[in-house]
Amino acid sequence: MIVIGFTTLLALIAAALCIIAYRRSPALLSDGFADARTQFMHLLPRLAIGILGSGFLAHLLPKETVLALFGPNSGWAGTALASLAGALTPGGPVVGYAIGAASLKAGADLAQVVAYVTAWSLLTFNRMITWEIPSMPWRIVVLRVAVSLPFPFLAAGITMLAR
Amino acid sequence: MPDDRPTGLPKATRRASLDWGFAIVAVLSFGSIIWVTARDGIAVSQHILLEDAWLFLTILPKVMLGCLIGGLIRLLIARETIEKHIGEGSGLKGLAIATLIGTLFPAGPFTIFPLAAVLLVSGADRGAAIAFVSGWLLLGINRAIIWEMPFFGTDFVLYRFLISLPMPILLGLVARAKFLDSLARGKGPETPR
Repeated sequence: MIVIGFTTLLALIAAALCIIAYRRSPALLSDGFADARTQFMHLLPRLAIGILGSGFLAHLLPKETVLALFGPNSGWAGTALASLAGALTPGGPVVGYAIGAASLKAGADLAQVVAYVTAWSLLTFNRMITWEIPSMPWRIVVLRVAVSLPFPFLAAGITMLAR
Repeated sequence: MPDDRPTGLPKATRRASLDWGFAIVAVLSFGSIIWVTARDGIAVSQHILLEDAWLFLTILPKVMLGCLIGGLIRLLIARETIEKHIGEGSGLKGLAIATLIGTLFPAGPFTIFPLAAVLLVSGADRGAAIAFVSGWLLLGINRAIIWEMPFFGTDFVLYRFLISLPMPILLGLVARAKFLDSLARGKGPETPR
């Protein structure tokens, strides 16, 4: 139910944006469609292969190891390990999600997967080196990383409490 | 297509970077498929393949809509609008707006970080810049719909979104704290606020 509702919501947002764009100029709308098509064609093979892989990867992940390291009883040590793994996972939009989803299927605890995805979002070294450090003042990058460090733990803690 | 779009940055860089991640995923994926088939036989492989294919089909409409929303927002919101609203002394409201823009802004790292740098030079304070980047990193709607949802499903994404919601503003507030001045400014006068 939620899924269908969400897709409907997206469709409504898209329709509203189409109307706004069309009112501004019909050319803008067709530009938007062209943009969307380019992005979609770019994403399609990546998503297909990523989703395909995550199913097989989940099947391969050694369940006992995943359970021991990131399972419901892994506690803060598991959170720390998951956060470190998140920071070390290379960037690109698929890798972290694919690994996170596979671990969840293989028995990792929700809190640890949330920590992993949060750390991967905020602190991936690879993205920092490729994009952030070259384009931002380095002191701001250091400051951002410094204030972001506790957040994977906070996210995991909230998840543990919310259960 | 004219290249004066407000957020347009060279596409070559984008392709080069994404392909690297794609290569890792492709190696992982095909490696796993071969491994599973070799270890557990073709029947197990077929079963997983069908499950994955079904998942892929069910998320396609969302991905399509995500792309359309992204493309339209990119064209509708100009960079100038963004710069106007998160200037220095923008307070908590500035942080909230910066977070919101980061959340809604459908772009890759090749656009976000240069834009954050531009914001810094054109008057945004460090808190707003960090809230903007964190909003994009943690809450980016485009990324959540197109990438995260296919792998994790709607429930997980909504839950993670909910607990992450206050974080960019919180990060911006902490980043503005006085005791971090020396870290953010350094000794030279040429470094940004």
